[in-house]
Amino acid sequence: MSTMLELARLSHVYGGDHAAIAELSFTVDTGELACIVGPSGCGKSTLLRAIAGLLAPTNGSVFLHGRPVRGVPDDLAVVFQDYSRSLFPWLTVQSNVEFPLRGRVGRTERQDRARFALAQVGLAGAAHKHPQQLSGGMQQRVALARALAYRPSLLLLDEPFASVDAQTRFELEDLLLRVHAEQGTTMLLVTHDIDESVYLGDRVLVLSGSPARVLADLTVDLPRTRDQITTRESEPFVELRSEVARLLRGTPIPVAF
Amino acid sequence: MSRFLVRWGVFLAVVACWQILTTLADHPYFPTPLEILDAARQMWLSGTAATLFLSPDAVDALVPSVGRLVGGWLLAVLVGVLVGTALGLSRRFLEYTGPVFAFFRSLPLPALVPVFVLLCRLGTQMVLAVILFGAVWAVLLNTVDGVRTVDRVQMETARAFRVPATRRLLGIVLPAALPKIFAGLRVSLSQSVTLMVVAELFAANGGLGGELRDAQDQFDFAQMWAAVAMIGVLGYTLNTLLLAVERHALGWHPAAGGRRPPARAGGHLVDHA
Repeated sequence: MSTMLELARLSHVYGGDHAAIAELSFTVDTGELACIVGPSGCGKSTLLRAIAGLLAPTNGSVFLHGRPVRGVPDDLAVVFQDYSRSLFPWLTVQSNVEFPLRGRVGRTERQDRARFALAQVGLAGAAHKHPQQLSGGMQQRVALARALAYRPSLLLLDEPFASVDAQTRFELEDLLLRVHAEQGTTMLLVTHDIDESVYLGDRVLVLSGSPARVLADLTVDLPRTRDQITTRESEPFVELRSEVARLLRGTPIPVAF
Repeated sequence: MSRFLVRWGVFLAVVACWQILTTLADHPYFPTPLEILDAARQMWLSGTAATLFLSPDAVDALVPSVGRLVGGWLLAVLVGVLVGTALGLSRRFLEYTGPVFAFFRSLPLPALVPVFVLLCRLGTQMVLAVILFGAVWAVLLNTVDGVRTVDRVQMETARAFRVPATRRLLGIVLPAALPKIFAGLRVSLSQSVTLMVVAELFAANGGLGGELRDAQDQFDFAQMWAAVAMIGVLGYTLNTLLLAVERHALGWHPAAGGRRPPARAGGHLVDHA
């Protein structure tokens, strides 16, 4: 497998003294769904923003397709945790999904891609509604559809299911797995939920508390097809989630100043 | 529909009370509404069918007033939105210029009129300048406010999708600022009506303010009241039009437009505040 993303000793220090991430190095292969799990406030979002080119790291580099990332890369999409602040309330669902494609692809293709992506996330019927008319889970589906319609080589997801209720979270997790299987998009998902990282990932990268370092890089040895009930009660799942939990408990809790 | 009937029923009842009271009082300073209406008809609707029954007087009074009002207000909107957007995007600039704007906004607007009477030639140019300078602040400061409240996540989303800067401005910053901008437009429109009248009272040929002044000079109370009522009608009509535009433009926004809860449907009565 070819390497999609490579981080080389990536560090970021805020305001001269607050180190958010320290010397992070790892790679993500093409087509992989990698999960990053770490304690809340450990610098996961800083990491994601550095990969997305939204933030210039103080040290180290990010390579996408083997090329160093300077500024926002062209074929990368982000799904943020806060769907209600990431969608545009003045646009319909369809226009929200089309928005990043304007000026990039022609009108017909734009509409087709948006329709296809909305159908993929099960929202074909909601195209002409406005986001605020939808439930939180449906709004996050719109954000996911927007990212998918963009057809990125790398999809970054920043705690995408942290703001929805447990039932919706399970639905969205399975939706993400289905889309990943269908589309084969390389995905890097950041979460603080241990179970979620094991359930979704081909690989789980465990980060320490602030400043974030890679504690472990674990391969998830579970069948690719997963099920919310049977997978979660299977022995490898339980073992792996315990291992991740032990790793995370071993790290000191970051002290807020 | 029934709310509509009740509201206008109350309005007619108040006018009827006024009619009764002024008839009983029979005081020359307070003509009855019917006398005022008659004066208005003679002043503005005594023309021929060829001029849509508008008298030459109506053309002399209404056309300049409406033209100055709408023209001056549109100028204020244009300048206010353009400058407000630029200032809203620049954090530092506003920090330094904030007190200046706060000062100009706090000036009692009619106090500006004598200044502009001296600065500009009397007539349309002076009225336009007064309206522009007086009404621009509400638009400008609301635009700054609106632009600055654009959500950081929305802007980051756009950056992550490499949306170019001009499209971020037109497609995100301005729509996000639009509810605040419309609040500024409503305030500035009522300010513009006031400023138009004051400026015309002071020094302008023609216009409703001019007619008001002439009627006052001639102690013609019916005509004076007719001019006052016409100014009210003009302000009300323009505000209603603006609200219709706002409802259309902000249909998505929960605090305005189509999904506005019924309890606020009469909001235009207090929107001058």
